[in-house]
Amino acid sequence: MEPIYLDNNATTRCDPAVVEAMLPFFTEHFGNASSIHAFGSEVGKALKKARGQVQALLGAEHDSEIIFTSCGTESDSTAILSALKAQPERNTVITTNVEHPAILTLCEWLEKEGYIVHKLKVDKKGRIDMDEYKSLLQDNVAIVSVMWANNETGTIFPVEEMAALASARGIMFHTDAVQAVGKIPIDLKNTKIDMLSLSGHKLHAPKGIGVLYLRRGCRFRPLLRGGHQERGRRAGTENSASIVGLGMACELAMNKMAIENSEVKRLRDKLEQGILSQITHCFPTGDVSNRLPNTSNIAFEYIEGEAILLLLNKMGIAASSGSACTSGSLEPSHVMRAMGIPYTAAHGTIRFSLSVYNTEAEVDRVIEAVPPIVAQLRKLSPYWTDKGPAANPEAAFAPTYA
Amino acid sequence: MWEYSDKVREHFFNPRNSGPLEEANGIGDVGSIQCGDALRLMLKVEPETEIILDAHFQTFGCGSAIASSSALTEMVKGLTLDEALKVSNQDIADFLDGLPPEKMHCSVMGREALQAAIANYRGEEWSDDHEEGALICKCFAIDAVMIEDVVNANNLNTVEEVTFYTKAGGGCAACHEGIEEILAKVKASRAGPGEVSPPPACPATPEAPKPPSKKLSIVEKIKVIEEVLASVRPMLQRDHGDVELADVQGKKIYVHLKGACSGCMMEAATLGGIQQKMIESLGELVQVLPSSHMPVEA
Repeated sequence: MEPIYLDNNATTRCDPAVVEAMLPFFTEHFGNASSIHAFGSEVGKALKKARGQVQALLGAEHDSEIIFTSCGTESDSTAILSALKAQPERNTVITTNVEHPAILTLCEWLEKEGYIVHKLKVDKKGRIDMDEYKSLLQDNVAIVSVMWANNETGTIFPVEEMAALASARGIMFHTDAVQAVGKIPIDLKNTKIDMLSLSGHKLHAPKGIGVLYLRRGCRFRPLLRGGHQERGRRAGTENSASIVGLGMACELAMNKMAIENSEVKRLRDKLEQGILSQITHCFPTGDVSNRLPNTSNIAFEYIEGEAILLLLNKMGIAASSGSACTSGSLEPSHVMRAMGIPYTAAHGTIRFSLSVYNTEAEVDRVIEAVPPIVAQLRKLSPYWTDKGPAANPEAAFAPTYA
Repeated sequence: MWEYSDKVREHFFNPRNSGPLEEANGIGDVGSIQCGDALRLMLKVEPETEIILDAHFQTFGCGSAIASSSALTEMVKGLTLDEALKVSNQDIADFLDGLPPEKMHCSVMGREALQAAIANYRGEEWSDDHEEGALICKCFAIDAVMIEDVVNANNLNTVEEVTFYTKAGGGCAACHEGIEEILAKVKASRAGPGEVSPPPACPATPEAPKPPSKKLSIVEKIKVIEEVLASVRPMLQRDHGDVELADVQGKKIYVHLKGACSGCMMEAATLGGIQQKMIESLGELVQVLPSSHMPVEA
């Protein structure tokens, strides 16, 4: 039984063309781009080409606006810490309470360091309130950081509009676009976005490579200081093989953008409808009419996500969950809680995230596999009777906290 | 993903005794939907003998919660209620060939469901005696509530002291920031609202050991040493270890570390903690050493 990978928001497989482009940079083109000799200059040329490929996918005006980093998290930290360091007179960060931990954990630490962090709330569909946002755009704000698309639900945020509003008030705007890049069209030169983070392994490039887009003219302070790499904005010898791989992946993503928004979207919708139509007491989360084309997040009530994943895994199907157990904490996903999803459903959320490699046959197999798994676990659940959920589930089973 | 033992996987994929038990006469509902784990244990008890004839479970939870529930029902069937009450969470974990540290609470939930179900059968009120907080130290599975309690009870002030008392922080060091936050929180609450914070008992200048009213005889001294060892013994035994006095030579106290304590990566911390208590109790500076350090007799 061939395994089915539906966890592409966690990471993706490297495209074979990406691997092929990278291989020479481990062997004959092993040089250091900073060297004067031929070994180095070959690598230098390859980095320049890759920078151009990333620039094209992002629609950046200049290739010097592309800074290679080690991952999305590094790009996020660099962006926010730079904004605070470069504008010591401003002490406030605006973000949302559904960001990735790369932003939220950093912001928690900033609060301990004495900065002020405003986290925008979201409604039941995971959408922010633009009036609340506008009211927070004050002179003490150093930077706004809002994700382009949510990793769990795929919900897309109006970052272009938000960036324009921030810019009008002279406030820097950063977006964590790790989930959006390669899946939806981006044209930075026609926006007011100052900084953007992306991560290679989310778009079929290898792990360990990321990018920070930095608009020309945006005040900046590096996170890592040392050599002159990346024009002194990110010291450290370039990860040349991975940069070349990322460049190739960006070119492929440009070519496949249309497929992502037609065929992948069609398969995602088929999968979601196939599951929702067969199972009672489950619902999709997030803003389903405005989300990434590859993501479907479904809450299965009265059962727990890790148990679902283990049974799916036994069937060769890989997905992920927002349950407490899979997040390694005592609380279910902060994204589900922010949307007000009740605990009995939040622990049972499963995220299916597709890529251009998924097939119709795979989707059919998953549609067939899910209903018996849900039924099997509901049979074990104290919230469930043989006739469906207990009449008043919260009252029928009210355990002592242990 | 977690590293589950084969036995955990087996009990999860093929749970025993699941679903309602019509003739149940003892039911225990425990857990928390917030944390994503909740369990209903149903027992059928023979009134004359108090033997558990049958046990079923219904569980909302992850793989190890379901496996722990299944294991528990298998373990208690055929036991008398008094025998069943002796089943500890460690027994459940051992039955399953171990659980990942983050998942030990699943076995705790099993034990508590058992207590609750037996109390329910006996018509008693069962109240939860265990509060669980966020897992702070993953190396030794110590949660925030435990650290806070120990910090409060012993007036601890540093990460090192917390490590001596709980082991938390003695492994990979990732939780030191978390422990510092708990220390700061407790310190703030000690001060109370509006009150002036009392000067912290700074670890660098501990209270000078009270001078003994008279010099202890060797017999009195050994008695005090044995008392100190007796006081730490339950803590060590909880971790399947033990300690015994080997010899006293002047200011050096040699002890045998036994069971899990012998060769444990926390040996130095354990000895350090014992030494601190010895110094306090004896009122003089002494050194506690493992028996392996005893000078070989000529």
